[in-house]
Amino acid sequence: MIRFEHVTKRYPDSGDALSDLSFELGAGEMAFLTGHSGAGKSTLLRLIGLIERPTRGQVMVNGRNLGSLPRRKIPRHRREVGMIFQDYRLLADRTVFDNVALPLVVAGLGHKEVGRRVRAALDQVGLLRKERAFPITLSGGEQQRVGIARAVVARPPLVLADEPTGNLDPDLSREIMGLFERFHQVGVTLLIATHDLALIGSLPYRTISLRGGRLAEDTGIW
Amino acid sequence: MRRIRASGKPMTKRRPSAPRRARVRLGFLPASWLRNHLQVVLASLGRLSRNPLPTAMTVAVIAIALALPAGVYVLTRNLVALSESWDQTGTISLFLKMGTAIEQARTLAAKLEAHPALRRVTLITPQEALSELGRHGGFSEAIAQLEENPLPVVLALQPAPHVSTPEALEHLAQELEAMPQTDFARLDTQWVRRFQAIVGLAQRGIMLLGGALALAVLLVVGNTIRLEIENRRVEIEIMELVGATPAFIRRPFLYTGCWYGLLGGIGAWFLIALALILVRAPVSSLADLYHTQFRLQGLGPAASLAMLGSSLCLGLLGSWVSVGRHLTATEPR
Repeated sequence: MIRFEHVTKRYPDSGDALSDLSFELGAGEMAFLTGHSGAGKSTLLRLIGLIERPTRGQVMVNGRNLGSLPRRKIPRHRREVGMIFQDYRLLADRTVFDNVALPLVVAGLGHKEVGRRVRAALDQVGLLRKERAFPITLSGGEQQRVGIARAVVARPPLVLADEPTGNLDPDLSREIMGLFERFHQVGVTLLIATHDLALIGSLPYRTISLRGGRLAEDTGIW
Repeated sequence: MRRIRASGKPMTKRRPSAPRRARVRLGFLPASWLRNHLQVVLASLGRLSRNPLPTAMTVAVIAIALALPAGVYVLTRNLVALSESWDQTGTISLFLKMGTAIEQARTLAAKLEAHPALRRVTLITPQEALSELGRHGGFSEAIAQLEENPLPVVLALQPAPHVSTPEALEHLAQELEAMPQTDFARLDTQWVRRFQAIVGLAQRGIMLLGGALALAVLLVVGNTIRLEIENRRVEIEIMELVGATPAFIRRPFLYTGCWYGLLGGIGAWFLIALALILVRAPVSSLADLYHTQFRLQGLGPAASLAMLGSSLCLGLLGSWVSVGRHLTATEPR
């Protein structure tokens, strides 16, 4: 699903965020990406989401070479990658329903289909009754579940999460991880960046560690 | 590699059928595309109506900017109509030398009746002219003071229909002026033509004024849209992250610009209508004083449509420029 080949990402003012990184993540795998702040976790995810392009090397996602993907095909690529953020990135002036519906509306789905799928996604994260609420009225855990519903509502084959539990307490974090495991069980490929080692230590999944932009450890496929 | 299928849950992983359904086509356009456009048209209007005061202020600025050239257009249109009603009285007034007797004048009139270039000759005696002046010009008291009639005999000549060009009329006037009994001949159409030339100049002025104010509308809309883009920066970023195309992101801003233009055009139309209502009564009484049937004209349907159409285009263009400048910074680096 994801293949990095000798990928280097250099920022003009802060040096290499990633250097000569190679790894592969198979379809349907669930893996954690760990490392200290600044180790390159976010950069790696941003390269997969094509928010940034590598300075050198190749990034392949879902059989597609992102380096040669023309600009006009970026939106289509992003629709196949669900992204979850530490700060949730919800629209404050829209209801939970409208937030979750965004990827479907953007893809041009019909009204009925949008309603059906949004409710299915909200049901999966246990927020069906909050569809008319505004994000600001929800707790942190609930907001993150809205973010997750938005990431999976279009049923992308790949979901990326950048510190999804960074702002949540351990109980809520475990709840979120439980959701990810359920997606994993139905075949979604997941790559979850986190520095919550205690949490991932208790879970039986592959862990990829970065240090200074290089691969430090890869527990391999479980 | 490990891959576990869901035991019982009917949640499938791969592409569902819905995107295919979204590709149903209406004519040559996908139905989803049309639906999205319609939604955005209404949503952008809704967004404007939720901020009534800023919207009203922007619309008012556009309306005033558009009403100025359109108002000058209405003015020249009325002046043209006015001068055309005068143009039909294109006569030659032949002022005979002072002291010419009425009998001599009658003989001359009879002779001129036979002139091929003239259709009708009317003799106005000094007495008639004086009483006419007293009746309409409001000079009756002054005239009563006069000891003798200072007016000459005048022959009002109606040229034949085939003598219609300014050159032919000029030539005819010169020929009549050369007669020994004539003091001078005055071509009544001359000042009308001068007047029309001035109106023509004013019409050219509309172009300049219109061009300058169209630019003002572009800047107003462009700046308003720029602020709107800044306010919605976060939303735009998130839309891009979930795979919105640039066209999808542009669309609400472009329609907002169209609404500004259209609403501004409608506002300008009402401003002009209001101005016409305000001056209608004074103009009518003025026209009555001058014994003309002149009635004030408005923009007319064609010019109204043209104004609304061009204001909409200006709104679209202004937002297009702004969107082009401010929505391009999001490409992956």
